Amino acid sequence: MTTADDKQILIDENTHEYVTVDIADQLFGIKVTDIHDVFQPHSLTKVPLAPPEVKGVLNLRGRIVTAIDARIRLDLPKPEKEGRHDMAIGVEMDNESYGLIIDKVGEVLRLARADLKPLPSNIDPRWQEVSRGIYRLDGRLLIILDIQKMLHIGEPEACAA
Amino acid sequence: MDDLLEEFLTETSESLETVDAELVKFEQNPNDEETLNNIFRLVHTIKGTCGFLGLPRLEALAHAGETLLGKYRDKALVPNPDTVTLILESIDQLKVILGHLGAEQSEPDGDDGPMIAQLVAASEGKMEASAEIVAETETVKETIAEEKNDDTTASSEEPGSESYDVDLERPLRPGEVSLADLERAFMEADGPDLEQLATEAEQAKINEEQEKKEALEKEANKTTVEVSLVSQSIRVNVDVLEDLMTMVSELVLTRNQLLQMVRQMGDTEIKVPLQRLSSVTAELQDGVMKTRMQPIGNAWKKLPRIVRDSAKAVGKKIELHMDGESTELDRQVLELIRDPLTHMVRNSCDHGLEPGDIRIAANKPEAGQITLRAFHEGGHIVIEIADDGAGLPTSKIKRKAIENGTITEADAQTMTENQIHRLVFAAGLSTAKEVTSISGRGVGMDVVRNNIEQIGGTIDLLSIDGEGTTFTIKIPLTLAIVSALIVEAADSRFAIPQLSVLELVRTTQDGEHRVEEIHNTRVLRLRDTLLPLIDLADILGIPKIETVSENAFVVVMCVGEQRFGLVVDNVFDTEEIVVKPLAKVLSSIPVFSGNTILGDGTVILIVDPNGIAKSVSTNEDTEYEADGEEMTAERNEETTAMLLFNADGAEPKAVPLSLVTRLEEIDTGTIENVDGEQLVQYRDSLMPLVQVGGYATIENNERQPVLVFTDRGRSVGLVVDEIVDIVEEVLNVEKKGSTPGIIGAAVLKGKATEVIDVGHYLTMAYHDWFENAQKDREVEIPQKQRILLVDDNAFFRNMVAPLLAAAGYDVTAVGSAAEAWHLNESGASFDVIVSDIEMPDETGVAFATKLAKDEHWSSIPRLALSAMGQNDLERMGATDAFTDIVRKADRESLISTIDYVLQTHGEAA
Repeated sequence: MTTADDKQILIDENTHEYVTVDIADQLFGIKVTDIHDVFQPHSLTKVPLAPPEVKGVLNLRGRIVTAIDARIRLDLPKPEKEGRHDMAIGVEMDNESYGLIIDKVGEVLRLARADLKPLPSNIDPRWQEVSRGIYRLDGRLLIILDIQKMLHIGEPEACAA
Repeated sequence: MDDLLEEFLTETSESLETVDAELVKFEQNPNDEETLNNIFRLVHTIKGTCGFLGLPRLEALAHAGETLLGKYRDKALVPNPDTVTLILESIDQLKVILGHLGAEQSEPDGDDGPMIAQLVAASEGKMEASAEIVAETETVKETIAEEKNDDTTASSEEPGSESYDVDLERPLRPGEVSLADLERAFMEADGPDLEQLATEAEQAKINEEQEKKEALEKEANKTTVEVSLVSQSIRVNVDVLEDLMTMVSELVLTRNQLLQMVRQMGDTEIKVPLQRLSSVTAELQDGVMKTRMQPIGNAWKKLPRIVRDSAKAVGKKIELHMDGESTELDRQVLELIRDPLTHMVRNSCDHGLEPGDIRIAANKPEAGQITLRAFHEGGHIVIEIADDGAGLPTSKIKRKAIENGTITEADAQTMTENQIHRLVFAAGLSTAKEVTSISGRGVGMDVVRNNIEQIGGTIDLLSIDGEGTTFTIKIPLTLAIVSALIVEAADSRFAIPQLSVLELVRTTQDGEHRVEEIHNTRVLRLRDTLLPLIDLADILGIPKIETVSENAFVVVMCVGEQRFGLVVDNVFDTEEIVVKPLAKVLSSIPVFSGNTILGDGTVILIVDPNGIAKSVSTNEDTEYEADGEEMTAERNEETTAMLLFNADGAEPKAVPLSLVTRLEEIDTGTIENVDGEQLVQYRDSLMPLVQVGGYATIENNERQPVLVFTDRGRSVGLVVDEIVDIVEEVLNVEKKGSTPGIIGAAVLKGKATEVIDVGHYLTMAYHDWFENAQKDREVEIPQKQRILLVDDNAFFRNMVAPLLAAAGYDVTAVGSAAEAWHLNESGASFDVIVSDIEMPDETGVAFATKLAKDEHWSSIPRLALSAMGQNDLERMGATDAFTDIVRKADRESLISTIDYVLQTHGEAA
């Protein structure tokens, strides 16, 4: 893919580019335009009394980033080997930096808007809340996450875990 | 200086500088319309503003200049060097006046008639004459325009005068042109008049020779003022400063980081340059801080007006004094305290100060005084707002607080006056009788407190009855960078702002500072005060790895007047930290105020002392108030005999000896269990047994010590483990317990001791104890008799008042004679007054003597309370002042004496 193509695609209103991430063996997609950074989180400072989703705060090149554990946010089981956070997706909301801790960063996919389908209604309401929809890929389902809603933590219904 | 005026001066000085530069440009290129328009606009603005501010001299001059410029703009005249010089000179003159304005806050005396006339002449197109003058004098040129009515003639009548500032009284000096005339001249003067004006101008030229010299002198004098005015300040966009601040903050962080690294590396060659960098950074930080600093006077400027208006609205005379206006603080902080300050000053006007007639009656000057004081103290600024009013109405606050559920009756009984006063900071507590136009709507001091706490400050008050109220606000100088103590708790590091740290104490198991436990609450005895301790890890909900280590660090903190010790595992050093706000998800955690990046790059959380204090007080129920109690101890050396014993746990307990009827030892074999209660036969009747901490099975110990309390023939036995001692000490109940049955803790024999509440155990044994107490007496007291109890000893008040209440009286307890007089003034009435003999503000004898002469209260019987009894009264020669005297320790005779006095008094009456 050439850069020229890229630009063309980016301005193409009929498709979106997504970065796929693995969280507890489930494939999720995050819009490329939402992502500021991909980094390895280290020296996390735990925040006592914080909502359970908040893993802690860390220093990313002089900025204080609040790390959100995507597994807890999505009510997914804890990893068997605790303590090895693989990757974090740097996102921003209201001028604040957040890091969404995930297992693995996958690839970049360009997908047509029209193929985005709503989530089946029997899926966990927590997922319904933070998702924009679902893509049926070959052999796998890709759930598209709404970052703004993912970061909306602290409401009683959102932090039941 | 007036806000507006100051702004005007800065702005105008800048505008004039621009005009100067633009004019020069314009002169070089007369066809540059843009420049001309710019000049015209600036001069026009100056004129307009002057008119608005009521500065006629400036306005007239600017107007004349504008007219000439207008001519250029309309292409009615072609600029030439002479006329431009003339304008430049008029601008110089404007600056001179501005300089005077800046220094004296008023326009200088004198007039610019000649110059205005010259400008007018120039704008009429009469250039030649002016040009000549310009060439000759090169400085101030004055031409006199004589208008149609001939009211102005050339002036040489004051040759000897040193300056223009001679004669203000005269409305129009010779040579001065009234504004109206000028205006008319502008209207009427057109082409036809030019010639006439020119001749007149020439006449004037001859006459203004002397004045010219004087003008020169004057200008020379005033230029200095003007120069300083212009060069002292520049205006910079706030955003630029904020950006600078942020960058400096980052620089500070990076510097800290570097320093930390170098420290770890040991001796390296970058150490020296780094030190230089460090000091430069510090200076830079200082400098940038300074750009953000503003005198607190800026926040006070509107206050005189507010006080004046408030005073008028409430019909009082109020004088406002301000001290320390030049104390500087961060403009961000300044903005944030502006409203709270205004609110508090309004409060003082409205509620704090009494109306003039009451003040006169209280021997105070009619005009109320409000004093604002600001000064630096350590890294923060202290602002005091004091009034010399009546002080806070303690009883009113108490009543209101009980009514709206802020405190309970029981709380109110044990709270010190100061603690009650502080309730005004609680939400929804306005004691104003009525809502006035100024304040009293119930949202008040709590909002003020919140605002101040939000910026990391604290607020406290001291109110002295009849003397006034002082509010003290302590706020950090700046919000951006704070000095913080780095501590460790449960393996994490936290920053505590230095502002609220009083001292650090290292506790040891057997050293000077030892942690003691009272009812699962840990306290630290620190220089004879008891400090409630709270574990930082507990507050943060971090599970403790080990139990209370004996060697912990206690960070003694002071928030408002609340003092407490924060137990931490380790203390590192202090560091300058840059406060960064917490992410929104975390902002709801009350115990943190922000986070920051430390020198080593890790992020740590900043503990919010106010948040911690709140969780301490919810744990402790009531604030422990050290200062007030210490004061009481100092002035009141009265000792109380206390019986020390052990029961229910390791902490020693105590009860006032006067309350104990007998000490007995009972055979545990004789204890009988009846209906779930343990009874023992005692003096031919059954006596219920209770234990400290509740009913518990009494162990088979053969002999068990019992304290017997008797009231009107009924006894109750309090089973204890061991009777230790009887001590006679100054009883200083320092901390209110939240456990029923415990009045509080006190230091007795050098140990923290719990003082038990006998009433609690009496009711435990006889649920109807207090009801019975009333029933028994119903015959004698058909309706509740009102007793006024005056005793400065809070403990004694707390002890006696419930006793009297239990005996069926309606008791009002006050802590001083002054408070009693207040009740008198407010029209309260009592059936008997019981007063302590020794009181700090007014001795009991003096109080009683005054009472005997009082028109309302003279007939009320007066009972003296004394430690000694009758001898005391005789010694003082005051047998007449009091109806009777009771020994303090003798509560039975107190009640019987009251009964007796009331009875005989009733018969007599």
